Amino acid sequence: MDLKLLDAVASRAEREAVAGFAGGGRDQLLPALHAVNDRVGWISQGALNLICETLHVPPADAYGVASFYSLFALEERPERVVHVCTDLACRVRGGETVCDVLTEHVGAAGKARDGVTWLRSPCLGVCERAPAALTFQAGDPATTELVAPATGASAVLAAQREPSASDGSPPLIHQKDGLRLLRRVGVVDPSSVDGYRATGGYAALRNALRMGEAAVLREVTDAGLLGRGGAAFPTGRKWAATAAQPAGPHYLVCNADESEPGTFKDRVLLEGDPFALVESMTIAAFAIGARQGYVYLRGEYPRALRLLRNAIEVARERGFLGVDVMGHEGFSFDIEIRRGAGAYICGEETAIFNSIEGFRGEPRTKPPFPVERGLFGKPTVVNNVETLVNLPLILTEGAAAYRAIGTEASAGPKLFCLSGNVERPGVYEVPFGTTLRELLALAGGVPEGRALRAILLGGAAGGFVRPDELDLPLTMEDARAAKTTLGSGVVLVLDDLADLGGFLLRIAEFFRDESCGQCVPCRIGTVRQEEAIRRVLAAGTEERPLLREVGGVMRDSSICGLGQTAWNAIESAIDRLGALQ
Amino acid sequence: MTIVDIGIPKRLVEFTVDGSTVRVPEGSTILDACAAAGKEIPTLCYGDTLEPANACRVCMVEVEGSRTLVPSCSRKAEPGMVVHTDSERTRTSRKVVLELLASAADLSTTPEVARWLAETGADPDRFGPDAATVAQPAIVDNELYVRDYGKCILCYKCVDACGEQWQNSFAITVAGRGFDARISTEFSNPLPDSACVYCGNCVEVCPTGALSFKREYDKRADGSWDESRQTATTTVCTFCGVGCTLTLHVQDNEIVKVASPHESSVTHGNLCIKGRFGWQHVQNR
Repeated sequence: MDLKLLDAVASRAEREAVAGFAGGGRDQLLPALHAVNDRVGWISQGALNLICETLHVPPADAYGVASFYSLFALEERPERVVHVCTDLACRVRGGETVCDVLTEHVGAAGKARDGVTWLRSPCLGVCERAPAALTFQAGDPATTELVAPATGASAVLAAQREPSASDGSPPLIHQKDGLRLLRRVGVVDPSSVDGYRATGGYAALRNALRMGEAAVLREVTDAGLLGRGGAAFPTGRKWAATAAQPAGPHYLVCNADESEPGTFKDRVLLEGDPFALVESMTIAAFAIGARQGYVYLRGEYPRALRLLRNAIEVARERGFLGVDVMGHEGFSFDIEIRRGAGAYICGEETAIFNSIEGFRGEPRTKPPFPVERGLFGKPTVVNNVETLVNLPLILTEGAAAYRAIGTEASAGPKLFCLSGNVERPGVYEVPFGTTLRELLALAGGVPEGRALRAILLGGAAGGFVRPDELDLPLTMEDARAAKTTLGSGVVLVLDDLADLGGFLLRIAEFFRDESCGQCVPCRIGTVRQEEAIRRVLAAGTEERPLLREVGGVMRDSSICGLGQTAWNAIESAIDRLGALQ
Repeated sequence: MTIVDIGIPKRLVEFTVDGSTVRVPEGSTILDACAAAGKEIPTLCYGDTLEPANACRVCMVEVEGSRTLVPSCSRKAEPGMVVHTDSERTRTSRKVVLELLASAADLSTTPEVARWLAETGADPDRFGPDAATVAQPAIVDNELYVRDYGKCILCYKCVDACGEQWQNSFAITVAGRGFDARISTEFSNPLPDSACVYCGNCVEVCPTGALSFKREYDKRADGSWDESRQTATTTVCTFCGVGCTLTLHVQDNEIVKVASPHESSVTHGNLCIKGRFGWQHVQNR
């Protein structure tokens, strides 16, 4: 390819940031953009030019990619940027107050002053400690600091000084009895492979290697494991379909781009038990015949990044990754972490592929499905973190024992993310079939004796449940029958003081912000949805027929799940809570 | 003896469209099948010489068993498929998608859209006077073509034609995301500073007039552009030995635009800067 490059020249710091990418290809575009953004705080024309020259990518293409992601700046920006979460759970816990104090003491959002700027951010995934603020400080090395829960004063302080080396507190879980998925979280040192092995780690992979690929596939299928990312697709079926593809190589992608507002379970697993994910991915790779795996990790999870990176390195040193894994001749597997850069859509299974390959994170048209043509056009399995972390249970306890947990159609344990107006926010592990009422009781109910107004179940793409529906058993089938969804496991509690209208407006804003812009129903529909909700809240106009028609077409005609679900929560608020009248 | 490649014989796929049985060669899309059956399905982002981007969602049809509607321009016909092109769902979807587009972009130079809006009963004004639009001033930064992004529907055809599907210049891209996504050069630099080689193939594929030739843009501005007075003459480009087919659009005995037939096996509608723009000398009197 003949490249016509820009005239601009890179600075010394930019050259140093890009130096490590010599000889790389287009799939190194996202890491190279991160390297410059981390080092300098923004991406200049000179830096982009150098990246393009190094990776042989046309400048316009690279610009299209860089401008897709919200964590990258293409205009000069201070080295320190404080991202203040204004999304659902933080909103309920006072995120707007933090913004007001910052505006007063640091200036308007997005305005640079004294080497710092602050921005409103979509969900940072620390809803159990809401409201949250995350500081990125460019430099060599770049540093981050998570302040959660944040107050106006602590956020101002975070803006005014260099971040301390902290990348946040360890994850919090509350209940201690009967845990399987979370049994090591907060108990075992997440940086120690010996601690992991001493608590049963790598027994499952050993079993898998002894059983052979076909038996692992059968065991996972028999266990009835359903995907935990939101779509609830049978994992065994997905694996078997990929394993059977004659084209090679096969790829495994772990979807750790947890960006659904109110969801933080994957972060808790990544921070609390990173070796479990490494082992689980190795089992999956063995079953589907993959030699290379990718963890696509949200860019807003610095602590998870550090611990997972350590786990992969240690596993490699100990022979749990690499050539002849655990001495099993002929089975080689390794894992690369790809850091996302602030785009909810990249959690969509095909948008992940484009993002890893160095293209805009736009979803692809299905069919073909990933099992047939996925990453780099090859058969690919995409599994969510929580889904994968179920594998060691299945392969140590056996499919029958696993099936004994939960219900016939929804097998196993399930993680729920409780946040909002609840006494003890956090990740809760319960068997499928636990009722919403029981779950709420575990978390201590609504605080200060207030009444429950509603629960947002499943996230911004989920739906509302009323206080008189708390006996809903939390299973895929019961949720479906009740015309709602468990989605990614969000249980966001609103008390009777909650500003439901403002909450719905934030949901609409979220989808407008996060639409990739590829298809018309989503790109323009999400804007019209937000405008209509603003009109209702400002002037009390009747917008429900218009919302229904636009929402229905977004659901029917959008390319991917983002547009197809962008109206779910608002529709359920209208239908079940009588909102927007 | 001349050897003619007639390709590998294709099996026929039999499926149902609006109650009639249709048989099409394997690999045909639903849109192909409908076109062959004389059934019109509106399209905007579909390009006869490009891979479907299926971004505009105007051509959505209902396939029984599918949770959502499907884009007819990219979905391959499968044996036994039952397709409805004119159901309540498809009519609503087409109407709303056209309304959304027309409320956000200037479709005044998009062929057929006015008719489709009328046929579907679309009312783009119902989103109110404050509905966000992509309105912006046209960019005139070179002598050959104008970029009027207030008319852009983000169909991706110009990007695909400029990129790997045809020209391999990669001068333009989609930048930003969501409603703020736009066709752009790197850092929105002027076109003359970009990798553009002025082949005009992006203008050739633009369905809305967001990209237009400067001559056409100027004549439209002064009111002298009149397609009813134009003739189209097909000839062969004389600049080099390739022998590209040209279509000269002539108005009042003056060449006003040069295109190339998409069905030409030489050009598939593409030209280079000389074929597309090197015609001033013909009429320098």
